Amino acid sequence: MSAAGAVKPEPTTKGVVPFLKIPKDGQPYLAGSKCTKCGEVVVGSRNTCGKCGAREGVEAVKLGTTGKLYNFTIVHRNFPGVPVPFISAIVDIDGGGTLKGNLLGVDPKPEAIKFDMPVNIVIKPVPQKDKEGNSYLSYFFEPQSS
Amino acid sequence: MANDVYVVGTDMIKFGRFPERTVPELGAQAALMALDDCGLTIQDMQAVYSGNLYEASGGVGQRILREIGQTGVPVVNVANACATGATAFREGWMAIKAGVYDIVLCVGTEQMGAGLLGGGGGGKGIPTEGLLGSGTMPSVFAHVGLEHTRKYGTTFEQFAKVSVKNHHHSTLNPKAMYQKETPLEEVMGAEMISYPNTKLMCSVNVDGSAAAVLCSEKKAKELGLMGRAVRVRSSALTSDPYTSRNIAMMDFNAVTRLAAKTAYEMAGLGPDDVDLIELHDCFATAEIVHYENLGIAKEGEAGSLIDSGATALGGRIPVNVSGGLLSKGHPLGATGIANIYEVTTHLRGEAGNRQVEGAKIGLTHVVGAGSACAVHILEKA
Ligand SMILES: CC(C)(COP(=O)(O)OP(=O)(O)OC[C@H]1O[C@@H](n2cnc3c(N)ncnc32)[C@H](O)[C@@H]1OP(=O)(O)O)[C@@H](O)C(=O)NCCC(=O)NCCS
Ligand SMILES: [Zn+2]
Repeated sequence: MSAAGAVKPEPTTKGVVPFLKIPKDGQPYLAGSKCTKCGEVVVGSRNTCGKCGAREGVEAVKLGTTGKLYNFTIVHRNFPGVPVPFISAIVDIDGGGTLKGNLLGVDPKPEAIKFDMPVNIVIKPVPQKDKEGNSYLSYFFEPQSS
Repeated sequence: MANDVYVVGTDMIKFGRFPERTVPELGAQAALMALDDCGLTIQDMQAVYSGNLYEASGGVGQRILREIGQTGVPVVNVANACATGATAFREGWMAIKAGVYDIVLCVGTEQMGAGLLGGGGGGKGIPTEGLLGSGTMPSVFAHVGLEHTRKYGTTFEQFAKVSVKNHHHSTLNPKAMYQKETPLEEVMGAEMISYPNTKLMCSVNVDGSAAAVLCSEKKAKELGLMGRAVRVRSSALTSDPYTSRNIAMMDFNAVTRLAAKTAYEMAGLGPDDVDLIELHDCFATAEIVHYENLGIAKEGEAGSLIDSGATALGGRIPVNVSGGLLSKGHPLGATGIANIYEVTTHLRGEAGNRQVEGAKIGLTHVVGAGSACAVHILEKA
């Protein structure tokens, strides 16, 4: 291979999942799809609708930035290197779609966590880098009223 | 009916840890035990259906035949999450139902390491486990349990009681990995893995194998095997139907309900007709939700069902008298056939100390992440 072909790409900032989009100009956001036939909104991009099978009219949408805590667990044992305890949360996004992610800013104790509590879905940088030195943005849940 | 399919031979090895043995050796042992159970040999089998997950591309079925006799018959290797063994069984059932074969061997085998399974991420980018919540299996099934808590107020203690019950059952099953009582305080006080699942509320990873010989009615009569034969009243396999939270939070309910409905309809039976159940208690939380999914508790009443003792041996509808995955162990690809072995043994009246008295109809259930669910209903012939 020629020297020119071996140039390494400059490290950049990426979304931790494909549906976390970082536009060149504008705020990072979570991308979803909406089926214009049945109305279902899902996280991530789709060509066809998993609910009704429609092959046309599935549109790319920006997902909401707030939601409600549907469910959780408090993780006390995990793989080496993963700090515990943490709250694994299931959040129904206002406007449609459901996400799993970490709930921050709440004591990791069952009595401190309330079903249906309103949360903000925030996007921020994480310290981890990949092998190529790329940085990442991830999404988190934070309680709304504090 | 003339095209009914029967289990004529079945057995399982004692589940445990056998790192010095190979997967084909484990599978071969159960296969020979099942053949011995009906007094037949590998030369009598017209096809082999082999379930294994961890060596799914490794031709486990063919390698089992190298241990017990390479007769040249068709071998089908099956992988279908925790429904792997049950899927292999069902493939055998279908082939006989279709009239292609009269008698086949189904075997499920797994060899596992200890420790957590599942977990998000890996591959591209950075690991997402602990960053985007948790995808370990104890966490996934903690979410399953707490959804029930959210809806109906089911308590940590009610989930824990499942583990107490199933560990108690296993003290009567010499083939279970463990035979030890785990009192409620011990279960609730054990290391918390993912709330509300403590370590003793997680199934134990083991090595194991189980096998079954399936046979058409004509052939079973010809061979004089109807005496201990158990009829397969129905076999249902489902994948997860669309539900809106399924991607973020795996839904094991809809897939199980669909399989249960299909199986009950095929058998022309309902939950009240069933005398015992072996269901997929991969975690204590799972058993609770499956009481409702399989129709033995009304919506929201699974918590009071475990409280009532109805699902313990001697109760109205004993569940997991083998000790279940929680204490018998859960060798992924073997579990679905081990369930069939357990129920068959009761229907034959051969379950010894843990016999469910007068059992005529039994149900087996497995469900795996991804998702795949299998339900079989068996009846004393
Ligand atoms: C809970 C879990 C993380 C514990 O794993 P581990 O690191 O291997 O366990 P530890 O070394 O901490 O403790 C092991 C001891 O705990 C006890 N123990 C663990 N699980 C037990 C159970 N279900 N019943 C009784 N005792 C148990 C035993 O004394 C065991 O000792 P042994 O291995 O010598 O018999 C692991 O068993 C697990 O993840 N289970 C779930 C498996 C799974 O996800 N299956 C697929 C489901 S769909
Ligand atoms: Zn649609």
